[in-house]
Amino acid sequence: METVNIKINGKPVVVEKGTKILAAAKKVGIKIPTLCAHNDLEPWAACGICVVKVEGSPRMVRACATDVVEGQNYITHDAELQGVRKTVIEMILADHPNDCLRCARNGVCELQDIAADFAIREIPFKRNVKDVAIDDSTPSLIFDQKKCINCGRCVQVCQQLQNVWALEFIGRGEGTRMAGAGDVLMSETPCIKCGQCSAHCPVGAIYEKDETTTVINALKDPELHVAVQIAPAVRVAVGEAFGMEPGSISTGKIYAALRMLGFDAIFDTNFAADLTIMEEGSEFVHRLTNQGVLPLITSCCPAWVDFMEKYANDMIPNFSTAKSPQMMQGAVTKTYYAQKVNIPREKIYSVSVMPCTAKKFEITRCDDMKSSGCDDVDVVLTTRELARLIKRSGIDFATLEDEQADSPIGHYTGAGTIFGATGGVMEAAIRSAYTLVTGEELEEIDIDAVRGMDGVKVGEVDIKGTKIKVAVAHGMANVQSLIDEVRQAREKGSEPPYHFIEVMACKGGCIAGGGQPYFTDDEVRAKRIAGLYQDDKECTIRKSHQNPEIKQIYAEFLGEPNGHKAHELLHTHYIPRQKYKK
Amino acid sequence: MAYKNYILVCGGTGCESAKADDIYKSLLSAVEANGLESDCQVVKTGCFGFCEKGPIVKVLPDEAFYVEVKPSDAEEIVKENIIKGRLVERLLYKEDPNSAAKKDADEIKFYQKQVRVVLRNCGMIDPENIDEYIARDGYGALEKVLFDMTPDDIINELKVSGLRGRGGAGFPTWMKWNFSKGVEADQKYIVCNADEGDPGAYMDRSTLEGDPHSVLEAMAIAGRAVGASLGLIYIRAEYPLAIHRLEVAMKQAREYGLLGKNILDSGFDFDIEIRLGAGAFVCGEETALLSSIEGNRGMPWPKPPFPAVKGLWGKPTVINNVETFANIPVIILKGGKWFSSIGTEKSSGTKVFALTGKIANSGLVEVPMGTTLREIVYDIGGGIKGGKAFKAVQTGGPSGGMLTTEFLDTPVDFDTLVAAGSMMGSGGMIVMDEDDCIIDVAKFYQEFCVEESCGKCSPCRIGTRKLYDILEKISQGKGQMSDLEKMEEIGSAMKKAALCGLGQTAPNPILSSIKNFRHEYISHIENGKCEAGKCKHLVTFTILEDKCIGCTLCARKCPVNCIAGDKKVPHVIDQSKCIKCGACYESCKFGAIVKR
Repeated sequence: METVNIKINGKPVVVEKGTKILAAAKKVGIKIPTLCAHNDLEPWAACGICVVKVEGSPRMVRACATDVVEGQNYITHDAELQGVRKTVIEMILADHPNDCLRCARNGVCELQDIAADFAIREIPFKRNVKDVAIDDSTPSLIFDQKKCINCGRCVQVCQQLQNVWALEFIGRGEGTRMAGAGDVLMSETPCIKCGQCSAHCPVGAIYEKDETTTVINALKDPELHVAVQIAPAVRVAVGEAFGMEPGSISTGKIYAALRMLGFDAIFDTNFAADLTIMEEGSEFVHRLTNQGVLPLITSCCPAWVDFMEKYANDMIPNFSTAKSPQMMQGAVTKTYYAQKVNIPREKIYSVSVMPCTAKKFEITRCDDMKSSGCDDVDVVLTTRELARLIKRSGIDFATLEDEQADSPIGHYTGAGTIFGATGGVMEAAIRSAYTLVTGEELEEIDIDAVRGMDGVKVGEVDIKGTKIKVAVAHGMANVQSLIDEVRQAREKGSEPPYHFIEVMACKGGCIAGGGQPYFTDDEVRAKRIAGLYQDDKECTIRKSHQNPEIKQIYAEFLGEPNGHKAHELLHTHYIPRQKYKK
Repeated sequence: MAYKNYILVCGGTGCESAKADDIYKSLLSAVEANGLESDCQVVKTGCFGFCEKGPIVKVLPDEAFYVEVKPSDAEEIVKENIIKGRLVERLLYKEDPNSAAKKDADEIKFYQKQVRVVLRNCGMIDPENIDEYIARDGYGALEKVLFDMTPDDIINELKVSGLRGRGGAGFPTWMKWNFSKGVEADQKYIVCNADEGDPGAYMDRSTLEGDPHSVLEAMAIAGRAVGASLGLIYIRAEYPLAIHRLEVAMKQAREYGLLGKNILDSGFDFDIEIRLGAGAFVCGEETALLSSIEGNRGMPWPKPPFPAVKGLWGKPTVINNVETFANIPVIILKGGKWFSSIGTEKSSGTKVFALTGKIANSGLVEVPMGTTLREIVYDIGGGIKGGKAFKAVQTGGPSGGMLTTEFLDTPVDFDTLVAAGSMMGSGGMIVMDEDDCIIDVAKFYQEFCVEESCGKCSPCRIGTRKLYDILEKISQGKGQMSDLEKMEEIGSAMKKAALCGLGQTAPNPILSSIKNFRHEYISHIENGKCEAGKCKHLVTFTILEDKCIGCTLCARKCPVNCIAGDKKVPHVIDQSKCIKCGACYESCKFGAIVKR
């Protein structure tokens, strides 16, 4: 590692060559304020707040975008810098609605924090707030351009991290604003509803469609039996909203809180993750042993499904027809569980708690999502909304005693829980596919090749002499190279480069989904992922096919994996979709 | 084949719009009608610079310099001057109506203090004929660098010359080239910034229209020096004539083997392509320009890394503006030492200015660095139009500052202008007289910046608007003294925190005018008065009863019908309806309307 010796406010520090001043300052405990820089993104250098001085130069440079230079001393805070920053913040506030009390980001807003730190007590400039209507055209996200401070994060996220290009800057000068590409409604753009824009937005300009009141209303309806499921990634993140460390496993506390909130049945999407492995794993083994279309590509991620249907629909034959765990859980809640408790499916209200904004869209993606005869999932809350709901109900989350989920569709294995991390679906699938193919149990079940934060991970698994080539991509932009490889092989008529591909739209997987608590970066991702692998380790059963409740549901209700009933309830189909609706 | 006579017609955009093309065609037919085709050649050249008096026609070898020529004059020029050898007196230039006519451009004050290095071929050659460029040593510099100089020699010659970039900040050109040369890369680029955007500036357009080959040759020299094989000219689409002449020049240069593969059998490959810009001012900023070439929004990047190291598509890219390039072939041929002998110690060579505003002789002027503002405004520019009093001169367009009379004797170079609170910019020079209101002018520039801000960084996007809002308030008589501090506060934040040159310099007109014309701000704020009568809210038009004869002219001119009165009876203005347009004031022949 090539290093550079610099000083931050006179204090010597050695950092890696290529480090930005902002990151170097952080190393010595100095926080340089910014509203546009984000660890996930290349510096866009828009806000102008992170300016610092280089000793000996009359200029100020942007700490977010400037590499440190050997021998230089950077002044990060002095009266002049404070003055310049304060003026810029006041100007930003002059163009911002400042209606914090009814803002989705109230209390978790980067602009609010910075205004508080700088003791802004008045706005000395003429106000000039954009007059643009709110766009709530997608079922997942709300775009309020009035609140946008033009930091550029959402546009960069959508274009660079996600390769979707649904968001773009429109207009110029003071008329510059982020908007659906082509200035159309978001529902008319290729938006995949991943919500990464909302997770990166520093203010309340992009936020999830809040359904907490819908859920509260369902809970108070005496006619309804309200069932809830929580996704794998929720358990290692929701605690952050209550001051817990990222990655803290709070599954038992969540069950307890949900029970206190009045849910009638507490289930876990991890159960359906195990079910997904049974279906998708069997589908894979079937394709592998019957010269089916390979590679098989996972379909758990609705944002990825949406992306594929718009940008890569030549891959439809490769897609697993297995529904996502959320939709499987919904389907069995309103059929199998309904039968068990003898409640008509119409009287069951099915709520899911997801780390994801695309899940709100998934529940109405196509008619297959009504396999029970009505909506399999009625409403989706993101992790952020669950935290809000818990707070709103006066529950002191951090002090709750752990509780258990309800049977018969609430128990899970370690394989189910790692679905929330990139590579987790693949790892879980391998653990069971081995058994499905060989009839024997895999001994070494930690599949390191598919773990970690590399954007594309490739590995090979030996199933008794059959070499299975697998690939994992996360962060939508990373999938392109894999798709291209598959296409090339198909065009040439050669062997497919992989047998099995896992894709998750969000960097790090669902643990960093668009509906997770704010301030997610790689450090937070790593902690949440570690939490899921810890949860996996602590499970006595770590393979989906060994889940007793899974065995039970096939024996009592579904019959065979990929059998007739399973197909009816647990599988779906895909169609090519236009990128732009107009 | 040499001709006995040459008739040169200005083919710059200004003269073209004043029917220069018709003049050219009329001259051609007159030459033909008189059977003079083999004796007399009519040539359409680039700009002569004396735009105030255009269209210009020059006859050689007589050196007869005709001004304000009309197509109908063609016949007479041919019959009198070419056939009979007699000057067409009435078309010659006179300093004033009573003075003697000047035959020769050298006798005209406008030209006497000018030194033409950049514009050496403008008005001399047919820009669409490569042979004429070659006849004036064109492409000799390229030949010299290809066969007699190493890349280091080229850069060293530039270093000796002291040439600094003419696009704005005056960065030493040799250093830029040297940075690029020092970076290992499979591809490097040479980019010519022809995105001239200052209001009123047309130096680069005229250079390209009058001498396109000089820029092409310089770009090839740059390519040789740094190891690039492709050049791109980024030019605004609203310069169609310049684009046309560049295209013609590029085609001819390729035919002559002066562009393309294996130039002059030297083994050196270099070609040039044109990229059209949509005219955004910010695209004159080098990183925004590169974004635009790459097909992205014209928004700047943070620097460093500088384009010379990491530019277009991440590759080392030398960006110079048109005027910088146009200097280079001469520097190579005549030597850096020769060039450095012109101008001042730290700003060598000449600078082209587009002299406009309230000046008697507006036009394109090229003077050695170090020439004083007084010489430019009074000796070359002929002073203020209509004998009014000089108030200020704005250099550097919307990025520059307003300089008062006390700066008139300042020698103009990069550093003195910055020290005076302005900047060189690309060379716009706008002169203001006593009728101009400083607040009004500052508002004009600020509005320009509000519209031309790319919108990326908050200091510029919001700051330009906030500054404008305050100026607007002051011009309406609603300002407070604290507004001056507020503008200074915004201005200094923008200078420090805006991402690119546009935002960093956008407050300059305001900051410099608060300093140099503070009394005018105070007069607006504390006395509610706009002495120049430009700030409508602070002006009242009143008809003096004893002077008005009731001619009704003002009432007829008033666009909102707010002047009432019968014939031969003094009129009255309804102040509640008056929009302060001044039409009545301008129209009154009896001095009966006063502006206060």
